[in-house]
Amino acid sequence: MSALDFSTTLGNAWFPAPTFTASGCASSGRELAQFFDLRTMGGVVTKSVMMKARTGRPTPRMAETASGMLNSIGLQGPGIDAFLAKDVPYLIEQKARIVVSIAGETVEEYSTLARKLRSVSGISALEVNISCPNVENRGLVFACDPEASRRVIDGVRRTIGGELPIIAKLSPDVTDLVSIARGVVEAGADGLALINTVLGMVINLDTMRPHLGGKTGGLSGPAIKPIAVRAVYQVHAAMPQVPILGMGGISNGRDALEMIAAGASGISVGTASFGNPTAIMSIQNELKDLLIEKGFTSLRQAIGYAHRPESE
Amino acid sequence: MATLNKNAAQVRAPIVSNKRVGQYHQLIINIGELAGVCKPGNFVAINVGGENSRMVLRRAFAISRVSTNSISGGTMELIVAPHGQGSRWLCSQGEGAMLDIVVPLGSAFGIPTEAVQVLLVGGGYGSAPLFGLAEVLNAKGCRVDMLLGASTASKIYAPMEGKRSVNSLRIYTEDGSMGQSGRVTEPIRALIEDLNIAVIYSCGPMAMLSAIDEITRGTHVVHQCAVEESMACGIGICMTCVLPVADEAGNVSMVRSCIDGPVMDGSFVQWDKVGKTL
Repeated sequence: MSALDFSTTLGNAWFPAPTFTASGCASSGRELAQFFDLRTMGGVVTKSVMMKARTGRPTPRMAETASGMLNSIGLQGPGIDAFLAKDVPYLIEQKARIVVSIAGETVEEYSTLARKLRSVSGISALEVNISCPNVENRGLVFACDPEASRRVIDGVRRTIGGELPIIAKLSPDVTDLVSIARGVVEAGADGLALINTVLGMVINLDTMRPHLGGKTGGLSGPAIKPIAVRAVYQVHAAMPQVPILGMGGISNGRDALEMIAAGASGISVGTASFGNPTAIMSIQNELKDLLIEKGFTSLRQAIGYAHRPESE
Repeated sequence: MATLNKNAAQVRAPIVSNKRVGQYHQLIINIGELAGVCKPGNFVAINVGGENSRMVLRRAFAISRVSTNSISGGTMELIVAPHGQGSRWLCSQGEGAMLDIVVPLGSAFGIPTEAVQVLLVGGGYGSAPLFGLAEVLNAKGCRVDMLLGASTASKIYAPMEGKRSVNSLRIYTEDGSMGQSGRVTEPIRALIEDLNIAVIYSCGPMAMLSAIDEITRGTHVVHQCAVEESMACGIGICMTCVLPVADEAGNVSMVRSCIDGPVMDGSFVQWDKVGKTL
């Protein structure tokens, strides 16, 4: 047994492990709790919730692709009131650490959601999802527009006050990710979640039409991992003091360590859980073993390691 | 709604046998004691492609029957059509191959508390879970009649031993290559009358399920159908396998066919809204 400090922080929130679910890939935790104890992971990032209940996009909502998949859910969810009444109490009862993810159609909706969450106890951090690709109007993907991104985060920061860490979830589908990241940090984000899915499409050759009901979808899985590692690396290089929750195709301990070495303080697992309900547990165990094997005594030592000069 | 199957567990399980049956493969898998908690209608989610596969998602298969007293421990039977990459991989696995399986998942067919007359309707290999169901219904004292349909003879799945639990079995093929020529749904209306059917159990393509719903709508006949919608996870976290379903109050929402299904009350499914924006 070797002593490894596996803990991490995102803003002022402390987590005993750097492993999280990715929003939209674990519903609100109940389904995965059948397979492992939610307390044993870093935290549950809940599915992005909006003000009102939402039915989402028509089926088909899914297409498997080479080493990945497209999804086109469209933020189906119960709405914030039902979420706060049912899902948050459940997670608190399980003693899970909770990162609530919110999504809105307008800058105001994000602020209103923040107001609803301000007084809720038991939440470790807030993820502000400004990058869901599955919305009808691409203009509403706030994270594709530096000014819109900034306004959303500014509104949430003002509403929520200084206590709860805000993590802005960004899209890789932009020309200059670093400038968008810089903008949301200046507007009050304490951390960044990188990356959301990458916009994609599959054509069904039987119908000769786009396969997904929503035509386009978000690509996830191992296919996008190099994009995610690059995004984390670039942003960490520009702002090494800003904690990053890294995600995109992580399916084993090595993938997780790559992301951490690129600059992530924590990692989220999404698509891998679809293929294996206990993926988060094995990734966590493999990551621990790898860190020990490489001689690290704390996770923190490995964060951003890839940025060190050759001589070190 | 949304009740998780509390018995679900992830196991590594060996293939006991893999036989070709017409266009399908019959796989017998040793799942030990879990066989005892599988009910007709439940399904499994299997990891396919082995390590380093490009296929990242599990594949869902209906359990066609279970056996709890075989020599090798509890086993389950799957009838698999080697259609796509994943099912082809599964059908290529030999005896002894280990599979990563989550079992059992989803809802089960409701079994009547009294001995009533029931009709089982299967389309293609959708007939597979109906034979296991027939055994359970038969043991309850129900009179079980069965209709099977497919486009052509080679797509009919009707094992000899399965026929023992049914009172009558009629086969329909669209090209007339086996049984009667026509669609399996054609005789249903008359059979409901003639046999005084209380419950129809169905499993097969969505168009067939929807056609049965049209026949039973407004009648006293309960229609329990096992739906088929493509799934990424099978355990309720991906939200891709949704169907528009009404609740008691008539409010329609997108429910997960992996958790609220695959067995649903056909009269609550909004068949005309499948694949549409609500």
